[in-house]
Formats: sequence, structure tokens, C-alpha cells
Amino acid sequence: MGLLSDPNRRRALISLLTRLNAPICVVCYMAGVAWFMGLAFEPFTLRTYMSENAMGSTMVEERFPAGERALGTGREFSAHKKKAGGMPVDWLVKTMQSRGLEVFTQRFSRRLPFPDEDKERYMVKGTNVYGILRAPRAPRTEALVLSAPCSPGDDNNQAVGVLLGLAQYFRNQVFWAKDIIFLVNEHDLIGMQAWLEGYHHTNTTGMDWSPLQGRGGSIQAALSLELSSDVVTSLDLVLEGLNGQLPNLDLANLFYAFCQKIGVLCTTQGKLQRNDWDSVSGYSHAVQTMMLMVMKQASGRPWGDHGLFLRYHIEAATIKGINSFRQYKTDATTIGRLLEGMYRKLNNLLERLHQSYFFYLMPSLSHFVSIGYYMPAFGLLALILLLRALDLWIQLATPPPRTEDGVADAEQMSSPGVLSVLTPLVISHLTGVALYTLPIHFQEIAVEHFPVSETEAVVLTAIAVYTAGLALPHNTHRLLTGRGTENGWKVLKLVAVLYLAVLLGCTALINFSLGFILALTLVPVAAFVTPDVPKALSAFIMVILSPACTLLFSVFLFQELQEMPVSFLDGWMLYLSVISQGILDHALYGSLVYPLVALLVYPCWLLFWNILFWK
Amino acid sequence: MQLQLFVIILFLFSPLVPQENAGQFFSSGHTNNWAVLVCTSRFWFNYRHVANTLSVYRSVKRLGIPDSHIVLMLADDMACNHRNPKPATVFSHKNMELNVYGDDVEVDYRGYEVTVENFLRVLTGRLPPSTPRSKRLLSDDRSNILIYLTGHGGNGFLKFQDSEEISNVELADAFEQMWQKRRYNELLFIIDTCQGASMYERFYSPNLMALASSQVGEDSLSHQPDLAIGVHLMDRYTFYLLEFLEDIHPSSKANMNDLFKVCPKSQCVSTPGHRTDLFLRDPGSALITDFFGSVRKVEITMETINLTEPIQQVEQNFVNEERQKETYSYVDQLPVSEIIHQKPKQKDWHPPDGFILGLWTLILLVFFKTYGMKHLKHIF
Repeated sequence: MGLLSDPNRRRALISLLTRLNAPICVVCYMAGVAWFMGLAFEPFTLRTYMSENAMGSTMVEERFPAGERALGTGREFSAHKKKAGGMPVDWLVKTMQSRGLEVFTQRFSRRLPFPDEDKERYMVKGTNVYGILRAPRAPRTEALVLSAPCSPGDDNNQAVGVLLGLAQYFRNQVFWAKDIIFLVNEHDLIGMQAWLEGYHHTNTTGMDWSPLQGRGGSIQAALSLELSSDVVTSLDLVLEGLNGQLPNLDLANLFYAFCQKIGVLCTTQGKLQRNDWDSVSGYSHAVQTMMLMVMKQASGRPWGDHGLFLRYHIEAATIKGINSFRQYKTDATTIGRLLEGMYRKLNNLLERLHQSYFFYLMPSLSHFVSIGYYMPAFGLLALILLLRALDLWIQLATPPPRTEDGVADAEQMSSPGVLSVLTPLVISHLTGVALYTLPIHFQEIAVEHFPVSETEAVVLTAIAVYTAGLALPHNTHRLLTGRGTENGWKVLKLVAVLYLAVLLGCTALINFSLGFILALTLVPVAAFVTPDVPKALSAFIMVILSPACTLLFSVFLFQELQEMPVSFLDGWMLYLSVISQGILDHALYGSLVYPLVALLVYPCWLLFWNILFWK
Repeated sequence: MQLQLFVIILFLFSPLVPQENAGQFFSSGHTNNWAVLVCTSRFWFNYRHVANTLSVYRSVKRLGIPDSHIVLMLADDMACNHRNPKPATVFSHKNMELNVYGDDVEVDYRGYEVTVENFLRVLTGRLPPSTPRSKRLLSDDRSNILIYLTGHGGNGFLKFQDSEEISNVELADAFEQMWQKRRYNELLFIIDTCQGASMYERFYSPNLMALASSQVGEDSLSHQPDLAIGVHLMDRYTFYLLEFLEDIHPSSKANMNDLFKVCPKSQCVSTPGHRTDLFLRDPGSALITDFFGSVRKVEITMETINLTEPIQQVEQNFVNEERQKETYSYVDQLPVSEIIHQKPKQKDWHPPDGFILGLWTLILLVFFKTYGMKHLKHIF
């Protein structure tokens, strides 16, 4: 007979499962964490390589000559920006037209749900200016985008200068098979969102923008340039986009290939690559780089202007110029040549980039880990939940030990009814809904009653609702069903464990980093919480491992990894601003992290809190 | 005395000399030359395949084969591709020394017309009546044909246009059809793809000679990239073949053995191969110009020929007016009507085939299962 249909064998398996459940869970957890840490170890990674045949190798001749002139244009832009007090629209339009582009502008305006204290804006009004270089001989069916943000102050002037210099150089070439759109967006991400929505005729975030007068066909790839100094020592590539989406790895491969050809120092996450992978410091360096990428991806916010393109299936990346204290400097002409080479190769594309990976982690710019290699780490953690669920199912299915009152036992079996499980579920999710909606809706009332600004009101309301959820009535089951329900909490825990498994699984598929970080903290909670563990200690541990504290620890860890450690007070202020940015991202760009945590993860965690205080 | 002897010997031997030349003159046996040059791959990064084919086209035209005798099939247009920095040119040498596209290129099959079906139809001659002459291979049994294929290939196949393949078996069968229909005298087949030698393994028709740029399991490599254009310009084998052919002029006496030496492993990295077992002549006696050029044979004769009066009076036949005018029509190359309209009539009785038998067995089984075996006696 088969393994599972033979009753003897089945009984043996079941007893194995129940006896060894806890040890197997612990082993799985250790294995999952070890697998994840092992991903950064260089022999376990693959070297990056170019997958797209049409892009071939870096076999072009870059001839961009006008770096100095581009810097001069940047200085002019800076002067006009100061004079106009924002985006110098007329000067930009005139300059782009003199370079032979078809220039159009787009106005947009947006009122944020509450003031953004990091960027100091509340009512945002702006203009995007973009010029289209039409391909000389090709039909206008495809386009490439090069964008530079118009930032307040002295930032990114050189980026706009290089953009205009490249526009002039590209205009003189005849080999363009796609239109190239040169975009200068105001108010960085908000302007970019307005432009993309206008280009694709969608309106997902409720922004107000004027329709685009000129278009260029479907966009195949986009690069965003951030350059704030005349010379750079290295170029940094930023890949993480909205909701943790990443561009196709071929774009990173292309950048890396050109960096090597031209001889520019290139980094990812701001960290230089090291050669000594077998030493402890080399390995820890790779782990740090990978952890930075994981944290940035888990936050679900776009880390550059490119992040919003990814939603429209446009492969995009941001290139940042970094000027640190190094001897070898790269000038604007070289940067222009690198961009020229990249665009010539992107010009050769026949289809969208699709040959290489869309899901990957990069411990360094020349090595990557694909989804097939990193998913088992999460799978091992999810296995713990499934084992626990099986264990509970077996416990629920086996008849209880015979007592003197046979009738009472039968009643006890059927008493954990639907209502005793449904009530905690409903209450937890209502709390989640409260956490999602109350902070923004009640900010006016909070500002009236307390001496805080709107942003602080929102954040503090969120934390208040979160903490209030801990004090929810958790003994409603006693009122509803009367007698003690030994199996009630088991049914609730079974439901909660399966719910958590499905939730984390779906999250990990879309945004592996977020799923993994949540799994790291929530799976131990889910696996070991029962009403019988010591209450005070486990309550403390549960709060430590709850999503809010995970976020707090992540903030501190992130600052540590970037080699800018903060004191506790600064860290706390940073934490508050992270919460407010998360809520703003959701309102402005449609980031899904805040609704996920508020509406799904937090209620799930509350269910376990409910189980802890069952008796 | 010795002088007389010498003169006699000279007179004896002198008639032999032009006869020997005459023997060599007609050693090849062909009277016209054709060339079928095919490039099977499209897309900008396959620029080198188009450049390969155009280089061979250029050599073949230079050595005398006219456009009317060349069938040129190019699967994509590189000269007018939007990505070409020098429009209307196709270069075969870096630094743009040699533009093989020129002013007088005549492409017969272009773009999506280059398919396996069209290629085989050209070879076997089974084209619809509406096909223009420039798209036909109108060879006869005295034609020497050069067939050049280039593109992406593998072990036993050649890829056409990224969507279909031709296998070596199909190609060998096509050549056999050509032989049976007497469409060639001798045929030289050159292929420049990866694992090209696999394409000529299956040939079995006589008078075929084949050359390939690499053996089975080897890749043919491209020669040099041009950074200004951004692609590889030529494949190695065809590059050295072009270099070799640039030295050939119409009266050159270079023979096939020299062609086999083109591009040794040191230059080509892959090992070129050739096959001559089906070729009835000695390859050393086959000149390059037998296939690549169109050298007209001139027959010098010393004797006078009396031409009879060519013009004859047609006999006036007004008597037989009822004599019907005979209608003339071309004989079908393939008796299509016989094949399509006539079904073979089965004269003898054949037992019913499997399906009917199975159906009846099933019906009987069901009947007996339902009603039991006792009914058997009612049947028989």
C-alpha cells in the first residue's frame, strides 16, 4: 500500500511529526537564516553576463566630445533656476528647441494628505519639460527616456547640463531607431508620476495634470541621471523601484559592461566591490551590500526617479554620480560617453528586455543571486508554518482522552464553533482598518487637541491605534460559548497560521525582501505562541517581534549598514519620519507596504496576541 | 638528314598540341554558370551574414556571371536599416574600406520572401507560372551552379529567418531532384554557418562538391567588429574566401585544391571541411572559374562547314483546309493532373481495415457481456 494510505505507516508518520515538530521547526529556521546569509558568499553566486543577443557586447565607439560645454549649460540652468525660484520653464523650452528637439510641457498639481516634513511640501504645483528627439528614419513606435530631476537648491544642475549636452550630440547622429525623450521633471517623484500617468493615459493616484501634447511611442527603457558635481569619483547604480520591483538584470549588466570598458569606478548601494571573498571582512562586505538591497527593496519605496517606470513594464535605473575623496576623478565627457554607449546599445534592441532575470539580489555589481537560489530560504521559513498547521490539525483530529463523562467530551469536540474563531478575526481586521484609515482622517481633530503638527499627528495616531490593538478584548470567546474551550484556541491558531503562511507566501513572491523580513520575525511568533507559555515573557517577545518593532530595528540596522549610525533619539525621529513617508508613498504613488502591514499583517499578528491571552 | 628527321617529328607532333588543349578545353563540360546566394538571417546583429552573401555576390559578378544568372536571396535589409550609421552601404571590412552594396545590387528574394519553401522551389524549379524570370533558376544539364548559404546553423539544420529550418536531408533530396531533372552539370555548395559540415553529410547525388566553414561540433566565428557601425562585419571563413577570390581573374588557372586551402585553422579557429567523393572529376582539374565565373567557351575549328540553304519555301498547301492547326503546349514537368485527379482503383478485395474490425469487435463484446453467452447459439 502507499505511504499515506497504509494506516500503520500513516500512524508512524503522524507520531514522528508530532514528536519531532518543535526540533524540525527550529532546524528549518536555522537553515533558512543560514541559507539567506550564504547567498552573499561568492562561490554561491553567479557572475553577471549579458543575456540579450541584440545588445551584444560593448562594441560601439563613443565619441561624445562636449563635457565642458555640458557643464557650462548646467551652470546656466542653475542661474535661471535661482532666478525663477523653481523650474526655469521658458529657458529650458528655448534651449531644447535650439538643440532641435520637439519640446512640450506638462503642468501638474497635487495636495498631499498631510505635509511632508522631509521635503517640506504640502501643496505641490509644478511643470515638467520634455523634448523628443525623433528618429531620423524610423517609424515613431518605440522610445527611450533620459531624465534628470530639477531639484531645489544646488542639486542636479550638472545632470541637466549633461542631459542637454547629450541631446545636442544625439541630434546629429542618424542611427537612432527609436525616439529619445529628454525629460526634466520637477518635484522629483511627484512630477515623474504625473508625466508617466499622462503618457500612459492612466490616473491611479488622483493627481491633477494637463494632458501631454507630444508622445513618442511605447517606452522600451529609461535612465535617470543624478549628478551634482563637476567631477565624480564613482557612479552608483540604483535599481530598487516601487513595491520592491526591480528592472531586468540586463540593464545592470549593460551598465557594468560599459563601466568596465570605459574604466569608471562603479558601485551599487554605494559600496565598492572587493576581491577578497574568502576573508571574513570581504564576506561581511558582501553581506552588507546585499542587506542594504534587501532593506531598500522591502521598504517598497522608489529609491530614484526610475522607480515609477517599472510599474509600466519599462526597464529603468538611476545612475548617481558620487564625489568622494579619491584620487582618480572622472569628468563629464566620460560620463557622457558612458551614457552614449548605453543608449546606442539600447537602440539596437528589437524587443523589450526580457531575456535576463526580473527577480534577483546583488551582493555586488558583478555577481547576482537569482530567484531560484534565494527562494528556498523563504521556503524553509514557510515550511515551519505548514508543519505547525499539520501538527494542530492532527491534534484537533485525534479524539480527546476518554474521561468519565463521554457525553461531555462529545460536546467539547463540537464547541469550538465558527463564532469563537470568527470574532477574533473580525475584531483584528477592524483594528487593521482603523490603523489604515484613522491616522489621516483624524489629523485635524488631533491637531486641535494636541500641540503637534499634522505629520506628527498622523504618525502618533498610527502608533496609538497600534498600541490600542494590544489591549483589545481577547476573551470574547468566554462570553460567546460559555464553557472553557480547550480546542478553540487550536482552531484559531490553525486558521491564523495558515493565513500567515498564505500572506507571507504571496508577499514573498512579489517582494521577496519584505516577505522574508516579515517571515523572520513573525514565523517564530506564530510557531511557538500558545496560551500555556509564560505570559509576561512571551508578551514582551511578541511585542519585540511585532511589525512595528521590526521596522524600528530595521531603521537602526539600515543606518548602521550605511555607515552612518544614529543615536537612539535620532533613530526614533527617523522612525517616525519613515512611518509618515510610508503613508505618503501609499497615497502618492500607490505603494502597497502600508496597506499590507496595516490591513493584513497587523491583524494576523493580533490573532496570535489573542491566542496568547486566550485563558 | 637530322634536320629532316626533326621537321618530320615536329609535323607529327604539332597536330597533337591543339588537340591536347582542346581536350582540356572541354574537360568541364558546362556551357553556362548560375549562382544561388542565400542569406538566411534577419535582424541588425546579423549584419555579417548579409555582408558575407554580398561579398560572394560581388566576386561572382566580377568574374562574369550576370545578374540574370544570379539568384540573390537576402533575408533582411541592412543597408537601409534604421540603425545603420552609413545608410545605403554594407561594409565588409572595418574602417569601411569595401562597400559591397554598391550601386548595382539586384536582390531577387528579399525580406520575408526568403523561406525554406521558396529556396527549395528555386532549386527544383517548381515555381508558379507567374514567377518572373529573375526569380527562377533556369539551369539546364550543362549548367554549373554555385550555391552559397550563410546564417545560423546547427548539427544538421540551417535556420531561416528565426522561424523555420532546413535540414540536411531536405537539402540532399532537393539536389537529387535537381539531378534527376537534369538541372545541373556540376554543383559547388559552400556553407558558412556553425557546424556547417553537417549540412553536406547527406548528399548522395553525383557531381556535387561541398565546402563548409566548420566541422560538426565547432562554431564558425565572426571576424572583426566595426566600432563605428557597432556590429561584426564578416564571418572569418567568408572574409578569407573573399580575400582569396579578389586575386582570381577570369583567366586564372587556380583550381579547387587552392580553394580547399582557404582559411586554415590558424586563421579561422574552426576547421573548414570539404567533400569531393561525389564529384566525378578530379578536384585539381576543376577551375575556380568553372563555378565562380562565367567563362565562355570558344570552339576553334579549322575545318570549313558548308551551311545548307537555310531558307526553304514553305509548300503552299491550300488543298487541305480542313487540316487542323495543331495546338502546341508545354509538357508538364510534373504530371500533376495524374496525381491529383486519379485515385488508384483497388482491383482486388482487401480485408476491412482495423477500424471497422475494431468497431465490430466492440459491438459484439458489448452484446455478449450484456446478454450472456447463451445467446451465442442463436447467432450461429
